[in-house]
Amino acid sequence: MTQTQAGAEAVAATCDSSSAPAIELDGVVKEYLAHGEVVQAVKGVTLTIAEGEFFSLLGPSGCGKTTTMRVIAGFEDPSRGTVRLHGHDVTGVPPNKRDVNMVFQSYALFPHMNVWENVAFGLKRRKVDRAEIRRRVGEMLEIVDLAGREKRRPREMSGGQQQRVALARALVNNPRALLLDEPLGALDLKLRQAMQIELKRIQREVGITFVYVTHDQSEALTMSDRIAVMNDGLVEQLASPREIYERPATAFVAGFIGTSNLLKGVVDRVASGCAVLRVGQESRVLVAESPGREGELLTITVRPEKITISAEEPEGEVSAVRGTVREVVYLGLYNSYTVALADGAEVTVFQQNALDSTSTAERGDAVWLSWQPRHSYAIGR
Amino acid sequence: MSASDTMVTAAEPGAEEGARPARPGIRLGDRLLKVYVWAVLAWLFLPIAVMIAFGFNDTRSKSNINWQGFTLKWWTRLGEYPELTEAVTNSLNIALLATAITTVLGTLMGLALGRYRFRGQGATNLVMFAAIASPELVMGASLLSLFISAGAQTGFVTVVIAHVLFSLSFVAVTVRARAVGLDRSVEEAARDLGASPWTTFWRVTFPAILPGVVSGALLAFALSIDDFVITQFTSGSLQTFPLWIWGATRMGIPPQVNILGTLIFALGVAVAVVNTLTGRRRT
Repeated sequence: MTQTQAGAEAVAATCDSSSAPAIELDGVVKEYLAHGEVVQAVKGVTLTIAEGEFFSLLGPSGCGKTTTMRVIAGFEDPSRGTVRLHGHDVTGVPPNKRDVNMVFQSYALFPHMNVWENVAFGLKRRKVDRAEIRRRVGEMLEIVDLAGREKRRPREMSGGQQQRVALARALVNNPRALLLDEPLGALDLKLRQAMQIELKRIQREVGITFVYVTHDQSEALTMSDRIAVMNDGLVEQLASPREIYERPATAFVAGFIGTSNLLKGVVDRVASGCAVLRVGQESRVLVAESPGREGELLTITVRPEKITISAEEPEGEVSAVRGTVREVVYLGLYNSYTVALADGAEVTVFQQNALDSTSTAERGDAVWLSWQPRHSYAIGR
Repeated sequence: MSASDTMVTAAEPGAEEGARPARPGIRLGDRLLKVYVWAVLAWLFLPIAVMIAFGFNDTRSKSNINWQGFTLKWWTRLGEYPELTEAVTNSLNIALLATAITTVLGTLMGLALGRYRFRGQGATNLVMFAAIASPELVMGASLLSLFISAGAQTGFVTVVIAHVLFSLSFVAVTVRARAVGLDRSVEEAARDLGASPWTTFWRVTFPAILPGVVSGALLAFALSIDDFVITQFTSGSLQTFPLWIWGATRMGIPPQVNILGTLIFALGVAVAVVNTLTGRRRT
């Protein structure tokens, strides 16, 4: 975890110094004609991916993340907008003339070739001389831990091994960026977690820009330096995993990443940058860095683990919301409470079982929920 | 240990009654299946065995029907009928040329049908099916009237055209089956790794559909070499192997025909064996 953060900082440092970013998308739109109607898969994506960054495109299926990646790879031409790789406009350049390589969801290994031939395919196309091919393929198979299996056919290998062949086949060409389309989707949970760590290690080792497409939020949070959360053909938020989790920009991001509570209230007063929202009769929500003005209706999000449950009304500069406990679920590491507010809205609260595993509240109890002003985050829409 | 043993022994008489009558039943079924399989194989191979054997028959009459002793003399007099030799040569040339043309066209058709959605696809499938299903007599007669109305001289070229027409669908269908099962991302991977569309086709697509192409080609060759009806309509004065045999039946078929049949059969077997062996290595 700390290494990941260190990596992210290193990336931030290099991204300031390098002249051209690895990948730039500028107003990319992709339209299809389906049953005589124009359908927009991507509705205008602009983003910049720095050299050496582990960048994730995260979103539900059909959000346009895979189409965005295929535009970068060159399999789709954008209907509008431009794609730049290291400052060069590559819009309309075919995939075989782009210096990026892709790892496909289905691996897409060549079934009639063995592991060695699969990995050497790209180098042979670029007319690299034989000794060099032998050296680089051998080296790459070493990195992905497949040395000694050169003569195997893809179908004779496990899913995890095929995955590593696909990775080696792309990485051996030393591309300027590696595009990965849900590469771990077909693996079981244990293997997937092992491969996440493995991928991160390989990325650090080779120092290549990774663009990672996934619908799995925990995968994106674990591995990425930055994440672009996509929904309905647009980027909802582009930020670091911490930022995305702690300060979701929209209701969609708040709902898609982890568990989140949405509360609505009218701004009562604003004092020293801190807004006080009235939620129902006796409850108040404090929002630090609030964009709202007096009388405005605001929606805020707060994560379940930031909330404290107490029987008495909390003291001091904190949010204080009244409710009744509807449900208590013991989950080992923590208790999950569902608390109903006066207006019928439900709030989920996680309380860690670090000190005492007996519940602080029981079903039917009237309780107060409280949290720090900085943990309320006003969202758009 | 002993307790469970006695339990089993105790349970056995009851179990025996249920199990015993079933066993001979299974064995009888097994045997019947074996007999049936051998009967089918004999049914298939006996005519071929007879054809091969009568190439060695020391017959003295014009008809080669009764077994009169073993001889190799027909093998030394294989070229005794120049028209027969010419007919076989014609048949082989027609089959090879027609197969080559059919394989190329049929492969392209099969790829297009298996790969893309396009206007006229349904119609193409229908025409292909019609070509397979229509009686040879109908096809032969209509081809002849077509050639006559076009003012074409019937002969080698018209026979090749006719053979390409009726075997095209078979190649297209077998290649289409392979093309449908092809993962498109495999071709995209090749493009992504720097291969041009041309290289991608020959390095990735073609090896993947090759089994379909080979079996389609073998089918086309087999259909062409022994076709009689359509060839009869479209050949004019040209003689092919089946046409010559048909003509010879009135005077009696010489043992040389059996030998040539044997050779063509041996060629077919050799190709099939090679295809199976390499196919096993591929997959």
